[in-house]
Amino acid sequence: MSQDISIEGDLVTRVEGHGEVLVNATNGELEECEWQVVESPRFFESMVVGRSWDETHHIVSRICAICSATHTMTALKAIEDGLNIDVSRQDRKLRKLVLAGETIQSHVLHLGYLALPDLAGKKSVIPMADTHEEEVKTVIRLHELGNDMLRTFEGRASHGQRTIPGGFTQIPDESELKEIETALENSWDDVEAVVDLILSLAEQLPDFTRETEFISLTHPDEYALYDGVPYSSDTGELDLDNYEDIVNEHVVEQSTAKFTKHNRKSYMVGALARVNNNYDQLSPKAKEVAESFGLEPVCHQPFMNNVAQLVETAHLIENSLDLIDELLEAGLEEQSDYHKPDVDVTAGRGIGATEAPRGILFHDYTFDEDGIAERGNCVIPTNQNHANIQHDMEKMVPTMIDQPQDQIQHTLEMLVRAYDPCISCSTHYLDIEFVENENEGE
Amino acid sequence: MSAKPKVAFFDFAGCEGDQLEIINLEDRLLDLVEVVDIVSFREAMSEHSDDYEIAFVEGSITTQHDLERLEKVRSNADILIAIGACATIAGVNAIRNDQDFEKVKERVYGEDAELFDDPDAELFEAFEKAYPAQAFVDVEYQVPGCPIDGDEFIQMITLLLEGGDPSLPNHAVCVDCKIEENTCTFERGETCLGPITRGGGCDATCVTQGARCWGCRGMVDNPDDDVYEEVLQEYDVTTEQLVNEFTLYWSWERNPEYPAEPPEVQQ
Repeated sequence: MSQDISIEGDLVTRVEGHGEVLVNATNGELEECEWQVVESPRFFESMVVGRSWDETHHIVSRICAICSATHTMTALKAIEDGLNIDVSRQDRKLRKLVLAGETIQSHVLHLGYLALPDLAGKKSVIPMADTHEEEVKTVIRLHELGNDMLRTFEGRASHGQRTIPGGFTQIPDESELKEIETALENSWDDVEAVVDLILSLAEQLPDFTRETEFISLTHPDEYALYDGVPYSSDTGELDLDNYEDIVNEHVVEQSTAKFTKHNRKSYMVGALARVNNNYDQLSPKAKEVAESFGLEPVCHQPFMNNVAQLVETAHLIENSLDLIDELLEAGLEEQSDYHKPDVDVTAGRGIGATEAPRGILFHDYTFDEDGIAERGNCVIPTNQNHANIQHDMEKMVPTMIDQPQDQIQHTLEMLVRAYDPCISCSTHYLDIEFVENENEGE
Repeated sequence: MSAKPKVAFFDFAGCEGDQLEIINLEDRLLDLVEVVDIVSFREAMSEHSDDYEIAFVEGSITTQHDLERLEKVRSNADILIAIGACATIAGVNAIRNDQDFEKVKERVYGEDAELFDDPDAELFEAFEKAYPAQAFVDVEYQVPGCPIDGDEFIQMITLLLEGGDPSLPNHAVCVDCKIEENTCTFERGETCLGPITRGGGCDATCVTQGARCWGCRGMVDNPDDDVYEEVLQEYDVTTEQLVNEFTLYWSWERNPEYPAEPPEVQQ
């Protein structure tokens, strides 16, 4: 069947990458295949300029609500690097628990609210509350677990207020730690139920492979999320100070988001990149989950990113239990309720990198001698995946060019969704208009 | 209003934190869909319909495309409710309103900032300033905050469905702080926007968590009269000083603009 294809979407502006797909073919010949990303420019790198070092993290946390804690944390690491501020061992552990809570919340949101309805052939999670009541309640409980961790350690589920340069304004007491410990211990049945559910639907995930480069943090002693240095599956350890040479940001006309490339024409960041680069450091239960899906490094199937998120959810629960054990064993060093670390403000440039749920995130700030920001730069994981999505599409579309058009569209939607670019972009992607044999322009 | 009104959610320039707070209602979101019929909610579902009575709008209006969408939503909805700081007072997006827009573009895009002048680069367009929904269309009600508070959102819906008046309270955050028994931020030697920021929905969470009030819920109706004077007198601070203090959220509200014509687009 040699068909004409014309797929194009509405232009929609959003933070962290609203996208649309453009596919045009005539008589079965592919003419155009483009992953277009349309962000309404929000100019965060300008917003921080002229403002004080102790407001920076507050402003940039608003880049994204789903990963606001990671943006906060990455900004803090950059501020602390630039102003030479120390963070205690205890506070570093507490920050890792903040990140764990946020990543569990984000992964479960993606798997349960986006990917799952798709695999189950539903349009959203809402009708599933009737047809799959138990499954939906399980997903809600796991999602709430991540949010409860954020409330306990960061004070709020999104845009928390407790993490500040040098530490925390407030920390939980031992009884709150124990409550979270109990909730984490009781969550295994829910994790197993979700694993079984996704396993039963895993055959819906398209079988597609394209070799690419994976970039994430890595650390000699732990599965790197908070601490660590950048690492490429192609070239090994990388220098954080020269992160601009890792990401090589460039502007393309099809996108207001900058694209990136490193050793190849594109690279991938996120859960699959981390699992590929640091598989050996996953917790025992996380490895069991990976094995049950046959996920082993190096996996070049982008659709397995969904599975990698599930693997990491198990890892984070186990790892959080270890962190809480360590904190309780050492005894919590108490602090006042309105703690504010002493900071000697000096001029300086600082760079921070952290693993956000969607991949490695870089923040870079320069402050003058009064601590006023002169320059800011944020390289967001979603942007680092755009070029990889584009090249996946270019390889994938010709292999399905004879399939019914709605199937092509559906598979491409699932591809984009597998990268979990940002919840609203992905759902919006489902609204793509499909105009047969007609190209009406934007 | 019908027994089970149709509601829709729309987002513009923002972080989606307000819709996320609604998803974070968890079980209570399932209760919510018992009493309202959600016909469009991009963050959680792929269906969409233009037939709705209540529209919730999140995010700031920063492009011509945003403005056209907002006007369409306004014409479809009986009741339009702005949710979150970006939609109610333009939020952190408006920080750039006080900056030179040429520099703003250059800081983010460097040499490529000239794409904004290139008519072929269709995606590169933006108003010089960020605006809240009320700058362009009538807004019946607001749920303030960055992000909104889930309980306050539920209260608003409940009042609407019961025929009550979901208008906002007009007391300062200081009142909430007293209820929470917080130590006053001024007493800790810091400046706080609590005395002139609208309270009544956030439980003074930022101060409670050890930070200061950043003003994300916007000013009280009349910042000259509705202030929490006791605190200002005790610490010898004026309303004017506070309004000009740290302006993370108030760049639009300090000099509100209601353009009769769409602002010039930089493209």
